[in-house]
This record gives sequence, C-alpha cells and structure tokens, in this order.
Amino acid sequence: MTLPCCTLDGEYFQPFKLEGEDAARWISSAGPGLKRIEFLVPQANRPESMSLIETDLGALAGVKSARVNLTGRRVAVVYEDGAIEPQALIDRLGFLGYMARPFDPRETGLTKDDKENARLLRALAVAGFAASNVMLLSVSVWSGAEGATRDLFHWLSAMIALPAVAYAGRPFFYSAVNALRLGRVNMDVPISLGVLLASFMSLFETINGAEHAYFDASVTLLFFLLAGRYLDHLMRARARSAIAQLISLSSEGATVIDDDGSRRYVPARDLRAGMLVAVAAGDRLPADGLIRDGTSDMDRSLLTGETAPETVKPGALVHAGEMNVTAPITVEITAAGNDTFLSELVRLMSSAEQGQSRYIRIADRLARFYSPAVHTLAATTLIGWLVLGNGWHNSIMAAIAVLIITCPCALGLAVPAVQVVASGRLFRSGVMIKDGAALEKLAGVDTVIFDKTGTLTKGEPALVSPLMVSTDTLALAAGLAQASKHPLSRALVREVAKRGLQAVTVSDIAEHPGLGLSGTYGGEMLRLGNRAWCGMEDSSEDHGLLEFAFRRGAKLPVLFHFEDQLRPDATETIAALKQMGLAVHLLSGDREAAVTRVAETVGIDTAVSRASPQTKLAYVDALTKAGKKVLMVGDGINDAPALAAGYTSMAPSSASDIGRTAAETVWMGESASAVANAIKVSRRTQRIAKENFVLAVGYNVLAVPLAMAGFVSPLVAAVAMSTSSIIVIANALRVGLGRTAQAGSAKVKADTALRAKTLRDAA
Amino acid sequence: MNVLIYLIPIALFMGAIGLGAFIWSLKSGQYDDLEGAAWRILQDDDTPKP
Repeated sequence: MTLPCCTLDGEYFQPFKLEGEDAARWISSAGPGLKRIEFLVPQANRPESMSLIETDLGALAGVKSARVNLTGRRVAVVYEDGAIEPQALIDRLGFLGYMARPFDPRETGLTKDDKENARLLRALAVAGFAASNVMLLSVSVWSGAEGATRDLFHWLSAMIALPAVAYAGRPFFYSAVNALRLGRVNMDVPISLGVLLASFMSLFETINGAEHAYFDASVTLLFFLLAGRYLDHLMRARARSAIAQLISLSSEGATVIDDDGSRRYVPARDLRAGMLVAVAAGDRLPADGLIRDGTSDMDRSLLTGETAPETVKPGALVHAGEMNVTAPITVEITAAGNDTFLSELVRLMSSAEQGQSRYIRIADRLARFYSPAVHTLAATTLIGWLVLGNGWHNSIMAAIAVLIITCPCALGLAVPAVQVVASGRLFRSGVMIKDGAALEKLAGVDTVIFDKTGTLTKGEPALVSPLMVSTDTLALAAGLAQASKHPLSRALVREVAKRGLQAVTVSDIAEHPGLGLSGTYGGEMLRLGNRAWCGMEDSSEDHGLLEFAFRRGAKLPVLFHFEDQLRPDATETIAALKQMGLAVHLLSGDREAAVTRVAETVGIDTAVSRASPQTKLAYVDALTKAGKKVLMVGDGINDAPALAAGYTSMAPSSASDIGRTAAETVWMGESASAVANAIKVSRRTQRIAKENFVLAVGYNVLAVPLAMAGFVSPLVAAVAMSTSSIIVIANALRVGLGRTAQAGSAKVKADTALRAKTLRDAA
Repeated sequence: MNVLIYLIPIALFMGAIGLGAFIWSLKSGQYDDLEGAAWRILQDDDTPKP
C-alpha cells in the first residue's frame, strides 16, 4: 500500500493503480523490445515541470525516453519491456508531486481533435501550394499570353487546381452536404457551389480552348477560407482538452476495508454500495455514504458554497466531493458512481443544457437569407440572358459568374477573423473563451449573476481581527494550527508567515473533531477552536464572520475573526457592470449574514442566500423565461447546473473541475475585473463583426450587377475577391488595437506578470 | 518561349518541396505541442545527462 502523496499545492491524492488486464490497453509497442505508454499529468503545466519530469524519468533504469507535451499535459514514455514496470513510472511521478494517470486517447476524443487539426493544416498547405502556383500561371495569362501558350497554362492550372480542390475542399463539401441533409443551409453551401462550379466551368472552357478560366479564384478562395476554419478549430480544441482533464481527474479511488480488516485500493468506478471506506484527513470523499466510525469536520464549500466546515458524527450523511478536514473516518457507502449527489448534479446539468434552445451563430443566421438570395439572382441571370436570346452557353456562363462573384469569401472570413483576434486578445489578458458562439453570446447578456464563495471572494479565509494581537499569541496559536487542515487553521498559519513570524513548536497536540485543537507549551495548556472549547460564552450575533477562539492557560481567551476576502477589483467590477447597463445579482449557498455582508460591500442589491443547486438552477431558469439573457458567474460544484442553464457562463480558473467544464469562459488570475473586460471586448467584437458583414455584403452589392451584365472576367473576380478579404481582415485587426481601458486598468498592468505565469494553466 | 519547358517544372518542383517539407514536419509531430516548443528553446541543456 503506497502512502498518499501530496501535490505542490498541498492537496492529497492517491496514486493511480494499474490493474492487470487493464494495463494492456494503455501500452503500445515502440519497436523491438520497447514499449510506449502515455500519461495524463494535469499538474504538468509549467515549463519547469517539463524539464524536471523529462530528466528525472529519463534517468530511471530501463527508460529509453520521456517527453512532455505541455499543451496536452501528457508525458510519453518509451521503455524497455521487462526492465521497468509502468507502475514504477506512476509512482515516480507521484514522488515528484505529479498525479499521473495512463492516457487512452480513445476514451477522451482528444486525438480526434489532433487529427482534425492535422487534416486542416494539410488541406491548408495543399491549397496554399496550389494557389501560389496557379496564380503564377494566371498572372501570365492576364499579362497577355495567347493561343497555344494560354491553353498550355490553362491545362497546367487545371492539373494543379482540380486535385487541390478535390482534396482541400472536403471540409466544406462535407459540411454543406450535412446541412442540406438536415434541410438547412449554412455558409458552406454557397461556398461549395461556387468553388465546384468555378472549377468545372474552367475545365469546360479549357477543353474548348476558351479565354476565361477561374482556377486561381477557386483555389485562393479555399486557401483563405481554410485559414479561417483552422483558426476557429484551434480556439475550440484548446477548450476541449480541458474537458479531457476533467475526465482524468474524476477517476480517483478510495481505500476499502474488507470484512477481514484488510485494506486495499479500489478505483472510484468500482466502488459499490455497502463497502466500508477509510477516508484520511485531507481526502475528498469518493462517494456518498454514512459515517460508521470517527468524528470529524467536513469542508463542504465546493458543494454548498459555505466556508465554515461542519462537524459530522457517526450516522451522519456525507457526500462525494466533500473534504474530510480533521480526523480519519470510516464511511459506509450508500451510493456510488451514478447514484451520488455529484452525478445527480451532472444529470441536472445535462438536462439544463438540453433545455436551452440551440444558439445559432450570427454567420449561420445570415446564411439563411444569403444562400436563397444568391441562388435566385443566378437563376434570374440565366433566365434573363435566355430571354434576351443569348443562347445556352453564354447564359450559363453569366449565371455561373454570378455564383462565383457572390461566393462568400469575405463573409466566411468576416466573423472568424474578428473572433480569433478578439479571443487572442482576451487570452493574453487571461480570459479563455471556449468558442466563437460563447463570444457572441457574451456580447448579448443583460443580467449578470455572481456566486459568492470562490467567485466574488477568493474562497480562502483570512484573518481580519484582531489586527493588534501580540506576536506571542499569534505564534503560539499558529504552532497549534500547523497540525490541522482546517481552513481557519491554515489561514492562521498563512497570516503568521505573511507577518514574517515563526510559529512556536507546541507539544502534545491533539485534534478534537468538532471542538478544536489542544496542546501544551511551557507547562501551560493551549486551546484553539470554537468558543465553548475555550470556555467562552456563545454569542447569538452573526456578523457573517468566521471565528476561532484561543486560550492560553488560565488567561482570558482571544477571539480571532476571519473573513473570506473579496477578489481584487470586485467592487470596481460590479460598478463597471452596472454602468454598462447590466443587472447584477448575487446567488449564494452560504449563510444569510455572510451573503448580505458581501453584497453590501460590493454594492449588489439583489442577493439570495442559502441557495441549493436546484434553487440556483430554478433562479436562472426563471430569469431566462422572463426574457433575460443571463451570464452566470460561478465556480463550485453547486453552481454547475446554473452555469449550464445560463445564456452563457464564466468561471475562475480556481473553480472546481465540473464548474470549469460547464462554463463557456474561464478566466485566470485573482482579479474579478476579467468579467467586465470580457463583456466589453465581446461587445466591441460583435460590433466589428457586423461592420465586416456590411463591408462584405456591400462588395457583393457592387459586384453582382457587373456579373449579371456579363462584365466579370477572371481577373476582375480575383482582384475583387482578394481586396474584399483583405479589407475584412484589416478591419478585424482593429479589435486587437484600441484602448485597453477597463475597471482598474492600472492594476491590470501590475497583474500581467502574475497572469503570464498562471496563463500556463490554459487547458 | 522554350525556356518555359524548364521554368515551369522548376517552379512546380520547388513548390512541391515546400509542401513535402511541411507535410513531413506535420507527420513527425512538430505541431503537436506548440506551447512546449516555445519554452523548450529557453531551457539550458548545459547539465550533462547522467
């Protein structure tokens, strides 16, 4: 039985166990006598961990090579079969402080993203190659190549362009066919139609030795559009790998006590109701259950939003996701896996997601009108030319010219270009948007709902009074507190370290669950804990503060007050949001006094306390039904259903995994100003995206009459299309410029260094 | 115009080399970890490998 290891931030975890028959699916062959295994290592998010893991694992006997993928937070190890066991690698990583789990690409769909990425890049490369070479030949034709030379150039162009279109155009063709099958039209329908018709018409013209071939137009168009699509994909892939991390983390396990008293480690998915589980102090519960043995305090902040731990005795019901703070307990599992409180929340979450009407992106909304309009115009052109007696050939040529000139090259770039620039700018300031739709939705919100614990506040208590406490008392109290994992004890130890003091070594420390700590120093009895424990009278007043009493010998007890501190800029952010015309609500699971206190400090008028996850969900739903577009900002497990139900949602990077997965936007760093900043940038993005639409459509309005009249030559088409694309991209870049003005912008600059560090937490 | 017989194949060949090099770099995994690659260049490899 390996001892639990602790990670860099002091949380405890149980190393993953490779089971016999399971092991084979993770291990692949890497040449004669060599095996390859990949681990997910969520904590490997810094460059330092990269070199640490690589040199350390690489030095193990039998290991051929170890390579860290910082983007996916994975480690690939190649080792000699039989020389070292994969389990030894996991244990070594655990010793280094990294929780590792074998990585099976099939279960997460992560490699599917990698493959899609490579496919788009390959298509982009092929289109780029074809575009540059065909353009070379086209320029010669436009500069006056004639007769046999022109035919030769056309044939060469055809030989390059046709395979390139067939290969690089597939992402658009598939998407167009899928849309048509569902009876919808998206932008890919006119794109595919334009590209294919341009290619076939040019081939027809080439065979007949005619003058006009549009090969250059079709491949450059593909190149531009693929660039937009690749950027769009990069944005989403980054978000999805975060979800893979979540799946990896939820598969922890527990120590099960068998009937004969022997202990063994069991992965969470194999836990069954009726099993007895030993939960050490500092461990999170793997399943719901009843306490059989032991008294302790449970930190329920992730589930309820309450910061004060609650004392639990034998017979009490405890839930998966709660942290056992003070003493080891034995829990009889009553529900595991799919029956836990946690999975109930996940179910609530997915039903909330399904209930939400599908958001239709702005480009697709436009496509609904654009495609029919364009196709009607082409048909009108064809009929018009026939009526005027121009014959079939010329009439069809004119109709196709209309389709080519209206091919939405600039439209296809108009939105992705702006959104990529905007998400890049937000990313640099620590805000990660999961996809373009989230950015569009963020621009439309009119109500912001904040959770309290961990969202508006930092989620960790800090000492607020008495500030004028004697150094001796503080150092003694911290000496006692060092032995405990209670959030308030940790706050005391942090405070002492912050003041540059040294905690005094106290002997005979004992932790009394539900009461506090005791110890002796210099023959005097020391006590730290609740009022009764230190012989103080209970006060019925609730200031919304957390408290610990400390008593030394027979002296009068000292009362320490703690408060969950606000995030920096919280007040400024709320003011900025209000100024932008948004309604702000506070929705918390904490006690009323604590909620009111925070609401008054930051200036929120509508505050709800003691809200269960169901209440939160209902609150958001009610606002949505009333026609509000709600931005839910939350971090806890209990916020997850509300996050999923909101029009859109944000979570800090310190949020629970489930909260981060549910939220569409995640921000890094401590400052709350990211919320106001994200809304500001998204509004600006939306405005510029609309401008881009006007520019792109305006170009079509000018060009279409020319095409209908039959004046469009390949040269005109190429110049017009490139110019409109360049104008649209240039306009998109404006999002990246502009002022960085926001709530507390000076502060933001000071934070930048810190954020650059935390940025590597990027999923 | 006879010079075209050489020039066009040369142009296409050079383009094909570029395309081939890109696809090779993609296949050999050079685009798998863009973030890690950015940091790797800053690391000192001075410590001799044990």
